[in-house]
Amino acid sequence: MSLPLESVYQELILKHYRSSAHRGEVEEPSAAVAERNPLCGDDIFLTVRVREGIVEDVRFSGHGCAISQAAASMMCEHAVGKSWDEIHRVADRFRDLMHGSEEAARDRALGDMRALAGVARLPRRVKCAMLGWDALAEAEKQAAE
Amino acid sequence: MSLIAEIPAVLDAELIRADFPILQQEVNGHPLVYLDNAASTQKPRAVLDALAAYYEHDNANVHRGVHTLSVRATEAFELARGKVAALFGIADTAELIWTRGATEAINLVAWSWGLANLRAGDEVLLSVMEHHSNLVPWQLLAQRTGAKLRFLDIDDQQRLDLSNLDELLTERTKLVSIVHVSNALGTINPVREIAARAHAVGAVVLVDGAQSAPHLPVDVPSLGCDFYAFSGHKMCGPTGMGGLWGRRALLEAMPPFHGGGDMIEWVELEHSTYAPLPNRFEAGTPHIAGAVALGAAAEYLAGIGRDAILAHERTLLAYALERMSGIPELTVFGPRDPAERSGVISFTLGDVHPHDLGTILDAEGIAIRAGHHCAQPLMRRMGVGSTARASFYLYNTPQDVDRLVEGLGRARKLFGL
Repeated sequence: MSLPLESVYQELILKHYRSSAHRGEVEEPSAAVAERNPLCGDDIFLTVRVREGIVEDVRFSGHGCAISQAAASMMCEHAVGKSWDEIHRVADRFRDLMHGSEEAARDRALGDMRALAGVARLPRRVKCAMLGWDALAEAEKQAAE
Repeated sequence: MSLIAEIPAVLDAELIRADFPILQQEVNGHPLVYLDNAASTQKPRAVLDALAAYYEHDNANVHRGVHTLSVRATEAFELARGKVAALFGIADTAELIWTRGATEAINLVAWSWGLANLRAGDEVLLSVMEHHSNLVPWQLLAQRTGAKLRFLDIDDQQRLDLSNLDELLTERTKLVSIVHVSNALGTINPVREIAARAHAVGAVVLVDGAQSAPHLPVDVPSLGCDFYAFSGHKMCGPTGMGGLWGRRALLEAMPPFHGGGDMIEWVELEHSTYAPLPNRFEAGTPHIAGAVALGAAAEYLAGIGRDAILAHERTLLAYALERMSGIPELTVFGPRDPAERSGVISFTLGDVHPHDLGTILDAEGIAIRAGHHCAQPLMRRMGVGSTARASFYLYNTPQDVDRLVEGLGRARKLFGL
């Protein structure tokens, strides 16, 4: 059995890994979250600006593998301009994708994120892909306080 | 590869591989190449047989019963202690205490010797190169006692920087605890010299031997230290099994670590007297099968010869370093002189994150370690978040190195390097 490496490390993912348009910190953040993956020592620092229930901007920084960084970048790209309800729907869908759902892999709502479908076959790496989403969920809680 | 023919055979790795059943398998459609030996080594048939034979024929509790199985179990348990002591040149087997591993051995010294001997203002000298298991116990102890931790730094080749050792060693230094061989880099540290200089100021010296016991022909008394901690599963033995050697005078003056059965002489409701060494530090039913199997591992390694194992690893190391030096954007950490390192290669490849590298190599059936190697302060000191690490043992071959180099080529291609 061969693993889906060509699909996981495809150009689109490497583009997000190497030159994400969403690196950095937002101005006037409503929430700032530092998440760590103690397994590998990787970290992510996520800042979010929320106005009237809409995520106006979200950016990330930190160190991590191509999977974690690309997934965080794609997440930011998707979340900008969305309500938390819209973001929850995509987050659930993305989780389905990471659990190997073929239906999710065909769902256009996931956009570029579908490129990460192959990660479902690398179970040890699913946590990497979820790191940004975990930080975003924490940011939502913080912003609500 | 033409280079392989030039490698002198110091031991027959192909023959040795036949002793290790786990190596005879495919992973992700490729023959397994196991290069994660610094994390844990594989077990030869002799060790697996010793485990099974103990449970099939001799299993009973030790040091208690008068019945035949208990007598046999006790004999096997103590015979194993003798075998491991012999491997390390330890003449007085009562100075060898079984523990769950090197981590528990270090914790034993920290909590038993440390609590009894350290006061506020005393100092413990460690290094930035230490594994978490030789940092966190001392942090906990420092919080409890008010003792201070001080640290040796590393130089630009990730060797210990001893230039300020004389300033760090003072009359306040009560303990020096240093790793013999770095798990993250393979650096071999001059522990004999450090021990001699530490003794000159009256400090007690612990050597973390988790990575030296399996790979160097260690003769513990000649290291000049006072305690030596080691781990069984890194030297062909079972997990959950290891040991602590300590000087008799120090051990006898130390209060017990764990209380319970087996470590006592006489128990009253309010107080007890304790058993002599080594049982005094071995409370509860021990990992008897583990000790027996570790004894078999010690015998196995002695039979092959630890000088031959070291020479074999050095040959593989030299071959791997040469082949890897031809890979663009590959950075190898650690001392440049192979005589200063064991068979460990810690490296990074361009902007490929070590975890991605680990996944890509795993797809080729190659097991390496990627991450911080339980040495986060060292990684920070080196200015990297993590590294990839390939580590050799007696059953690795030049072909394993070739497979690793091919796998790194695939990673470069996938990442467009």
